[in-house]
Amino acid sequence: MVLPLPEHLRFDLAVIASWIEPGSRVLDLGCGNGTLLAWLKQHKQIQGTGIEQDKRKAATCIERGLSVLQGDIKEEVADYPDAAFDFVILSQTLQQVYQPDVLLKSLSRIGKQVIVSFPNFSHYRIRMQILFKGQAPKSRQLPYSWYDTPNIRVITLADFRRFSREVGYTIVKECAINTHDEERSGRVVAFFSNLRATYGIFLIEKNT
Amino acid sequence: MTEKITKQYFTYGDSPNVQLLESGLELGPITIAYETLGQLNGAKDNAILICHALTGDSHVAGQYCDDPPDTPPGWWNFMVGPGKGIDTDRYFVICCNVLGSCMGSTGPASINPATDKPYGLDFPMVTIGDMVDSQKQLLNHLGIRQLYSVIGGSVGGMQVLEWCVRYPEMVRSAIPIATTMRHSALAIAFNEVARQAIMADPSWNKGSYYEGSGPHHGLAVARMIGHVTYLSDEAMRKKFGRQLQNKEDFSFNFGGDFQVESYLRYQGSKFVKRFDANSVLYLTKAADYFDLKNVENTVESLNDLSHKQSKFLVISYTSDWLYPTYQARELVQALKRSRQDVSFCEIEADCGHDAFLIEDSRLTNLIRGFLDGLATA
Repeated sequence: MVLPLPEHLRFDLAVIASWIEPGSRVLDLGCGNGTLLAWLKQHKQIQGTGIEQDKRKAATCIERGLSVLQGDIKEEVADYPDAAFDFVILSQTLQQVYQPDVLLKSLSRIGKQVIVSFPNFSHYRIRMQILFKGQAPKSRQLPYSWYDTPNIRVITLADFRRFSREVGYTIVKECAINTHDEERSGRVVAFFSNLRATYGIFLIEKNT
Repeated sequence: MTEKITKQYFTYGDSPNVQLLESGLELGPITIAYETLGQLNGAKDNAILICHALTGDSHVAGQYCDDPPDTPPGWWNFMVGPGKGIDTDRYFVICCNVLGSCMGSTGPASINPATDKPYGLDFPMVTIGDMVDSQKQLLNHLGIRQLYSVIGGSVGGMQVLEWCVRYPEMVRSAIPIATTMRHSALAIAFNEVARQAIMADPSWNKGSYYEGSGPHHGLAVARMIGHVTYLSDEAMRKKFGRQLQNKEDFSFNFGGDFQVESYLRYQGSKFVKRFDANSVLYLTKAADYFDLKNVENTVESLNDLSHKQSKFLVISYTSDWLYPTYQARELVQALKRSRQDVSFCEIEADCGHDAFLIEDSRLTNLIRGFLDGLATA
């Protein structure tokens, strides 16, 4: 199945965007230059806020009229009241977080629903590299060496499902995709996703 | 092209309609000097109020009609004007001299109608809130019921925040720059040293000096202290280092060897020519009293805004040690807790607190983009 693409949106972001309800309150963590927020504001009339560590990128967002805070994700999310947002988006950042469990707990407090996406470490090409080369794997999605990677967490789709179950999140939606980072096109992977998907996208909410 | 501006005056508060001040005292009549740029539209919804810093004035941009051609323009000329960050082709910009100052608005150097002499220390203490109330009077006079934005740096930023708490329904957006929710002990300390410098000058004469020469030396020292707080370690190191002024070697006396000494002396003497010493006393005290937390507490007072959401853009500078970034972040935190729509950006700059007065396209672009974004919000 090939998803219809909103214009100018990366494939994984398009999947996330398709899950956002019009007019909702959205917090985008690590929003970069604000591509997703700007798209959602224009096409889904959301009330959006972004948090971005990089000063230049945060400034770019503000210059394009978006509400964005320059700061550290884990500190900034602490200040919001409970359920301040309908959706909190953590796109391709979980693998770089020192305490993912603490962060997700915080996100599920301030957001009614949390969307998490990350590169799938159990993709078959990554497995092959470990198996045959015996080296820390590199791929288009994980292009770094062991000594300079910001990706300090190794996560697979199976790991995340299990984590959610144990910590007490319900996975409301799940989408495994096969795409390249900057490409606009991609596919949804329906079978053997833990082996074949390059990214996983999950919509979770806290069990009540 | 530089815009041609006229300074205007608005007077209100004739007895018995005097202004009740936060201290409980009354003041009137009050004159507010102000300048405007651009045109107020028919709906009167394109007005932007710019609040100046401690010793600033209403001359925010452009030149006065009778200025000789080479006269320097207003203090934020790079920001305010046709096609600039705050575009006077689109917005009607108002800037008032604050109550208690000496640049056209009523202050301690003004004539007390009760005595026909300058107020001196008979002038009642005014607060940032009192300044905002007087600006509100001017807006009423101009028929403006809502501001598109209130923008200001430093003590001007305090006025911006006070506006949001006192008259939230009148504020569509706010840009507090290089400012704080409450004056820190450090900031109060510097102000107190500045005040003591003035009051220790024998010519100060308990504030009654308007017939004589005035406390020139004390005022100059006060300004020198102020200037140190507006710069930064890095800025001073880069600008002056240990370089000597017009000499090869130490003079081994107190005439002044270093460039930084010469610079501060020059700034001090320049300031004496344009500013009133008593105004420095009153304005620094108003800044010291400023504490948004006093209005119950910040979150609660900002919560009042929640029924009518304003948009905020908070800006700080990395090298500002007078109102450091952590204080801006405290403000952002309070705004987030009260569910306000807030943006925040810290700008990398080595020139200290005064950075917002120095031309920088990053600041201009942030403000332009934020104001544009309001139109589509």
